[in-house]
Amino acid sequence: MGAEEFGYNVEAQTFNEMEDDDFNHFSDSELVYHVRDALNSVSSGDCDSYNQLVGVMHHSKGLAPDEVALLVTSLKALSGAVSYIDISLHEALLSSIFDMNMWNYGPDVMDALLGLIISLASSNGKYVESCLEMLVSSFTPPFSFIDLLKQPRGIAKKDQVLSRVHLALKHIADLVPLAPSKLCPIISRKMPIYEKEPMVVVYAENMLKLESGAIGEFVSSTMLMALMDTLIDLDVDIGWDGILHDDSSKGIFQMEIEDMDEFADYDEEDGTEDILLQFPRELSRKSLGGNSTAEKLDSLMVLTFEHLKSCEASGRLTEVFEPLLDSFRITVLTAYKSKFAQFVMFYACALDPENCGVRFAVLLADIFACEDYPLSFRMSAVAYLASYLSRGNFLSAPLVASILKRLVDWCFEYCNRKGGEMNPTSHRLFYSGCQAIMYVLCFRMKSMIDVAWFKPHLLLIEQILKHKLSPLKVCLPSVVEEFCRQAEAAQLFTSSEEFNFNDLLESEHSRAFGGMERLDMFFPFDPCLLKKSDRFIRPHFVYWSMVRPPYDDDECISDEDVVEEELDLDVSKMSITPRNPLSYWISNGLEEPRGMPARIRPSTSPESL
Amino acid sequence: MEGLKVSDANLVVYVHPSKSNKVPQAVLRELSSLLFRFNESFDGVVLAYDVQIQDKIAKILPGFHPHFGVKLKAKLLLFAPKPNMLLEGKVVKLTERSIHVIVLGFSSAIITGEDIREDFNHKIKHGDELFASRSQKRHVIKVGTMIRFLVKSFDEERLHISGSLLPANTGSIRWLARHSEDFSVSDRSTRKRSESEGELVGGETYSLNNDHQIKKSKKHRIRE
Repeated sequence: MGAEEFGYNVEAQTFNEMEDDDFNHFSDSELVYHVRDALNSVSSGDCDSYNQLVGVMHHSKGLAPDEVALLVTSLKALSGAVSYIDISLHEALLSSIFDMNMWNYGPDVMDALLGLIISLASSNGKYVESCLEMLVSSFTPPFSFIDLLKQPRGIAKKDQVLSRVHLALKHIADLVPLAPSKLCPIISRKMPIYEKEPMVVVYAENMLKLESGAIGEFVSSTMLMALMDTLIDLDVDIGWDGILHDDSSKGIFQMEIEDMDEFADYDEEDGTEDILLQFPRELSRKSLGGNSTAEKLDSLMVLTFEHLKSCEASGRLTEVFEPLLDSFRITVLTAYKSKFAQFVMFYACALDPENCGVRFAVLLADIFACEDYPLSFRMSAVAYLASYLSRGNFLSAPLVASILKRLVDWCFEYCNRKGGEMNPTSHRLFYSGCQAIMYVLCFRMKSMIDVAWFKPHLLLIEQILKHKLSPLKVCLPSVVEEFCRQAEAAQLFTSSEEFNFNDLLESEHSRAFGGMERLDMFFPFDPCLLKKSDRFIRPHFVYWSMVRPPYDDDECISDEDVVEEELDLDVSKMSITPRNPLSYWISNGLEEPRGMPARIRPSTSPESL
Repeated sequence: MEGLKVSDANLVVYVHPSKSNKVPQAVLRELSSLLFRFNESFDGVVLAYDVQIQDKIAKILPGFHPHFGVKLKAKLLLFAPKPNMLLEGKVVKLTERSIHVIVLGFSSAIITGEDIREDFNHKIKHGDELFASRSQKRHVIKVGTMIRFLVKSFDEERLHISGSLLPANTGSIRWLARHSEDFSVSDRSTRKRSESEGELVGGETYSLNNDHQIKKSKKHRIRE
């Protein structure tokens, strides 16, 4: 305590001295000489004035106006004397400068501090990285600020800090042209992925601001790829695959239940959680806490969507789409059954179906057909393709037909080239191709029949499916069954064959061709279960309940059709959800015998009705 | 400008077996990884390359991953500033105590107050900071001026140059060109040329010709 008081006295004394110096006797340049002498005297062993200088840098919170003035003056004088700072002699000074947090100061100190940082970065290559790290650290506020971030005062502060930080980054890039290449790895490394949601979001906002900002030219693709990596990291952290395997309907549904206030459901789901003596409210909060990753991911996705939207508005979407596509190819496609991150691609495609939408479909088809890629990637790619072609309401029928034609031709050629008997494991790729064709047709049978030039290719499908490789026996029974039903109604095939799967969701064969990864059950663009992101996806999405299969015309009206008709009224709003989602799900998903896999059943979202 | 040279290099690039069906790309990728980094064996920063694969046959290295060595002949454009060389660059920032310069669009250089000769006087004219010569009224350095300066030191790891404007043959290039007879710039560079081993490329034209190419490859690298 005594020491602290003493320290304060010394500083106060220095301040008085400097105040006099500043205003009465010394000009700016004389002040610089003063600081220069302080720096130089360290090598001769006289550290008094240097220590005082370091002490000034440690002033951080609750500064009185005179202290602010002292700090600003010292920082400005230091920027004039940067060439006298020695990386080893003045380590204490440098570390105290780099430890200063922009968020703790007012505009004057911020400006002076950034001036010093810019001078340091440009004075000597050795400081560039530390300076950039310091600026990147200022992307996120201190913890005490988190709650303030939503208030007007907090927002104003955020703007104040971040606009200055970004300006400083631009200045440094102007003075040190290679700085952006050093900035990128720092940003990827410092991503606070395990921090609380607001921190991650603010950080990602900064990344996107850099992406579209003055040095975007150099960092754009790295920023987007780093962001996608973060999304994937969070995505794979949300592990509900185990639940999915036990009971698909529950797995798909679980996230949606989260949105509801019925926490009672929660306790059932997370029954394994430690049951402590807690208030029910707390218990539910705890269960939600387990899914904070999902919330974080949701917020980041929304941020990305909004960014894409702004890019579209400014005509930059095609430019931004290329790195996204690379990122998809490198990380998303290769991640094991990514659950959400792929919706970034979906949304980008929805914004610009003619360019991005086509590029994406063609890329997926290319990967499927390209022998350079490993088998599992090619199977993933075709699963993505099938799901994408089925779910995007923005895709034109001719485009879907042309991509399907590629798949059909590929499968047909495979039959002719390879031939052989049914073998789920050795012809995995072929079966995944066949399943993709059938799956897309389940969704788009009617529109594909309407595309005149596609008719001959549709007829090829019969030959493929009746080949000795017997894809109908191997592919997912639920898909096969639905497809056969529609094909029969559409009189697609000349002779019909009966398949009786006993309403199985999957069979021994489908499991075999899906392999360990269960790629047979992978439908990546099934309804997005993230609440906030869903808002963006919903208008561009085809739900199973919106599909009018050909057999609907002839058949008598079943209960489900009634539901569908009711829903049709709402198609303009695209909210296709039954009244009581839970009971609808159970009655339709688990007990209703008609068999598309659970994951492609109508989406049910509690908020829409 | 000094500090640029073209070297003929005989290289062997070891290509990973997974890249065996696209060797040219793999080779170019490998060479691109050299760009804008100081390389001790070349004794310079590789700015550009022109490569020719020598032989269709490559030697396979035995091992867990049987990399194969592709023999190349490459012409490398190297940037190797040494102390006392004269470099040219564009002034991007100017304060009372320093001049910040960018050389060839990628390397930053600083000339601090002590290294600016007394003759230059810091002034503020119409709100812009500049250095004006006391003896030669028309000799002015401001933001945007191309200047010639002497290398004091070169940080090879960070490609940062510390320069000096002390010698009389340094300063604004435009002004120096008009008054070239006063200073024996040409003498200096011929002497330098004979000293160094590699083929030095003197003169601005070469550097200007390559400027475009260099900038292009820089973007390329950062995007990678």
